[in-house]
Amino acid sequence: MTLLGQDGPSCYSRLVNEWVCGDYVADRKQEIVDATVQHLGLTVAAVVLGLLIAFPLALLARRMPRIESTVLGVSTGIYTIPSLALFPLLVPFTGLTATTVVIGLALYALTILVRAFLEGLRSVSGEIREAAEGMGFGRGRLLFRVELPLALPVVMAGLRVATVSTVALTTVGSLVSYGGLGNLIKDGVSTNFRAELFTASVLCVVLAVVLDVVLVLGQRLMTPWTRRVRA
Amino acid sequence: MIVLRDAWRYLTDPASWTGDGGMAELLLQQLLLTLTALGLAAALGLSVALWLGHLGRGGFLAINISNVGRAVPTFALLALLVVAEWPGTQAFGTYGRAGLATLIALTLFALPPIITHAYVAVREVPADVRESARGMGMTGWQQFWRAELPLALPLVVSGVRLALVQVWATATIAAMVAGPGLGRVITDGFYRSHYGQGIAGAVVVALVALGLEVAAAWAQRLVQPARGGRSSSHREDPLSVAATTVSAGADA
Repeated sequence: MTLLGQDGPSCYSRLVNEWVCGDYVADRKQEIVDATVQHLGLTVAAVVLGLLIAFPLALLARRMPRIESTVLGVSTGIYTIPSLALFPLLVPFTGLTATTVVIGLALYALTILVRAFLEGLRSVSGEIREAAEGMGFGRGRLLFRVELPLALPVVMAGLRVATVSTVALTTVGSLVSYGGLGNLIKDGVSTNFRAELFTASVLCVVLAVVLDVVLVLGQRLMTPWTRRVRA
Repeated sequence: MIVLRDAWRYLTDPASWTGDGGMAELLLQQLLLTLTALGLAAALGLSVALWLGHLGRGGFLAINISNVGRAVPTFALLALLVVAEWPGTQAFGTYGRAGLATLIALTLFALPPIITHAYVAVREVPADVRESARGMGMTGWQQFWRAELPLALPLVVSGVRLALVQVWATATIAAMVAGPGLGRVITDGFYRSHYGQGIAGAVVVALVALGLEVAAAWAQRLVQPARGGRSSSHREDPLSVAATTVSAGADA
């Protein structure tokens, strides 16, 4: 196939530059694994941070309508700012670090998650709440034993949206060199390296799908009571 | 914090705005790209989605296209288009280097929110409204034009508004793959360690994004029927998860 015979360039040489190339994956395995692990780490850290902030924020917003409109307004504003502009705006405070990327991504995830919590909690009917209060449930027990489990389907829908979009957005972190698979994509574009670019892009989508499936399975395990109702 | 001072200096220096490749030119270029892509996507997406919604068919596709759109990184698609034989980095009219690739990517990423929202909007029109319209002897076209569309309009517009935000963001990312637009100021700044310039570019991009969002929100208010008090409905909130998922279950 190649001009230089069997020992010559493989499918990812400059001469051939094929999109799909098994040799590339085999030869650069470590690099690809490292990038994927970084990608996963950034995504999970950002979504977890987003969850940790979104939950108390949603509880606060639910209590006070004025805070609700502020929270929703500010988070919509942040969501409007393109990722490529948000990361540079954080750099003066957090530098060229993974923290910059995680905070930026968490802010986007937060926007979706606060809404999901609010809508989920709102979907719990007043009768159920009253029944629980009548049974002597205090505020904390009402929230964790009754409201949150019932809000779970809507919250999980939000978490899935937030996770999948975070996986995609993480690639932009390559601006500050912490973009996981985005680093490979950036390198692939600047060196016109098709196999690297294609492999990293496909892995991004695969990662998003895998995390989505994990969340769906997690939801099924956490809400066994919804399983039979729909069918 | 020295970078902030550098950023301010870059922003206030007239030289960084004027001339070839100045921020004014890049800003116009990016606005032009954004509006063209949004126009293309709206023409294409709305006609397909509203028609499917009217027929009540293709729900699975119309809803899931948003999930697919979310999972594909904009950066990756832009990169793939630019490195491919076609469209590659070829300039396209006033859209600059890699203009065609950027325009294709922007249009593709504007489609999912437009299609999903428009489809859901038409499907959410109450069945009795649809039935009454038919009972009054309206033809299919009249039902759509006089009954379904006016009721669906607020959610349809939210979809377009969300697409606008998405397109502006993607147009910024285009600079990471040698595309046109203001993102160039950011990437050039960061890749050459002129962080002040990068941050200045980010400030301009962010401010224009907020400006577009405010303008879109204002335009949306124009098409919405007047209603008293604060609406608790999720329909007008384009970022709401429920807006496109709660009702999706029925059709999907």
